[in-house]
Amino acid sequence: MNGPIYLDYSATTPVDPRVAKAMIPFLFERFGNPASRSHSYGWDAEQAVECARAQVAALVGADPKEIVWTSGATESNNLAIAGAARFHRGKGRHLITMTTEHKAVLDTMRHLEREGFEVSYLPPLANGLLDLERFAAAIRPDTVLASVMHVNNEIGVIQDIAAIGTLCRSSGVLFHVDAAQSTGKVAIDLDSLPVDLMSFSAHKTYGPKGVGALYVRRKPRVRIEALIHGGGHERGMRSGTLATHQIVGMGEAFRLAREEMAVDNERARALRDKLLAGLSVLEETYVNGDLEARVPHNLNISFNFVEGESLMMAMKGIAVSSGSACTSASLEPSYVLRALGRADELAHSSIRFSVGRFTTADDIETAVALVTRNVQKLRDLSPLWEMHLDGIDLSTVQWATH
Amino acid sequence: MAYSEKVLDHYENPRNVGSFDKNDPRVGTGMVGAPACGDVMKLHIKVGDDGIIEEARFKTYGCGSAIASSSLVTEWLRGKTLEQARQIKNTDIADELALPPVKIHCSVLAEDAIKAAIGDYLGKRTPTTQTDPPVGQ
Repeated sequence: MNGPIYLDYSATTPVDPRVAKAMIPFLFERFGNPASRSHSYGWDAEQAVECARAQVAALVGADPKEIVWTSGATESNNLAIAGAARFHRGKGRHLITMTTEHKAVLDTMRHLEREGFEVSYLPPLANGLLDLERFAAAIRPDTVLASVMHVNNEIGVIQDIAAIGTLCRSSGVLFHVDAAQSTGKVAIDLDSLPVDLMSFSAHKTYGPKGVGALYVRRKPRVRIEALIHGGGHERGMRSGTLATHQIVGMGEAFRLAREEMAVDNERARALRDKLLAGLSVLEETYVNGDLEARVPHNLNISFNFVEGESLMMAMKGIAVSSGSACTSASLEPSYVLRALGRADELAHSSIRFSVGRFTTADDIETAVALVTRNVQKLRDLSPLWEMHLDGIDLSTVQWATH
Repeated sequence: MAYSEKVLDHYENPRNVGSFDKNDPRVGTGMVGAPACGDVMKLHIKVGDDGIIEEARFKTYGCGSAIASSSLVTEWLRGKTLEQARQIKNTDIADELALPPVKIHCSVLAEDAIKAAIGDYLGKRTPTTQTDPPVGQ
């Protein structure tokens, strides 16, 4: 396909050809059910699944026995949070998370509120990071679990999970981390990190969609209640026939991520810096989220006085995302950018660029030229830009909000 | 989201972009929307001595449908009396551009901009008496 230049790797990544190649035999001659104990088809599939489990565990410094296969990070987040909260209901009913979490965490929390849990939603600092003092102050005697994502999907900031986990440990609070966006980008060593539960996704790391994993610590053992009941697969934590080909793909993707992380990161950083340098030439642009504590793949930037969706419409040659309300059915701008304390108009004006393994320097040059041309074009159309040039402070204008 | 051909046409080739002198007594200004909501339309109409709109200009901050809605009304307003202009309904705009339900508010904003511009123009003509009801949202 000769489509637009793909700069939306935070949404999903293409499957690496090496991953696809590893998966294919498990759709054909090696099709066995890994739960079949009575013949070689089953044994072969089981061996492949266990090999993949070891590959996933190796990337994150875990024991393979601590990895539970799921359908993706959304299921992992549901299983970790609802599973741990329900199992430990007797201990307490208070949970802590952040307002900038993924919907898979926030909606699970909302659901638990309806079951009688109480949830503290902590806002981030203006740079997107968690205020550790505020977090420590939010912990109560009845707090069961805290959930904080490793890397934010919209702004790419990296939370200090070692420090957050240490606070949790000292208070006997279970700590869950949504790491869907961090595998292959940030080194993770669960052997030393004070994390009890961690969610993973394959398709953000050049693996297939529809498969993920949940890390469940064994020492000390973390207990969770299953969400999906059945044949008792995955030590009872997640029943259902294992999707061998998907699992093999995730294993191979994570093996490659471990081998190539340093090179991938260095390339991504060079490309992101080139993109940032090119776009910073434009006036009134603002990077959303901390630039230091951030994965090198992400650039979330607001072009003031230009509405994000109209900018994306103008840039048909590149595939990106926007925090603009107009890209969502709800007509609300990005809740993550609003949580940073950004003015709504800057949230409406934001574009998320995310680069990856197959992005080239030419792609970045094309994108910079396209963005520059169209931001200028749309500013010429913008009454807000005109007012800005006339020296009017837009925050002093009485708008008729609708 | 897929856009209709008419939205794309107005978005890519917007008609009548710009401004008139807002202090000119023959010019009416309608500024509606808010940056926090993601769309602001500024519409200028220039009215002749015969009460007919000679020209209209716009500038819009907003999504493609908002830009297309305001571009379209600048075409429609030309040659209309104020009374005819007041008859333009958001549904006419939405139908013409084949706007999906989630974009209907763009056409509502364009209708509001027309009413606000007419109100501003009439207010200038009779500064002491309010001849036109204020345009609210």
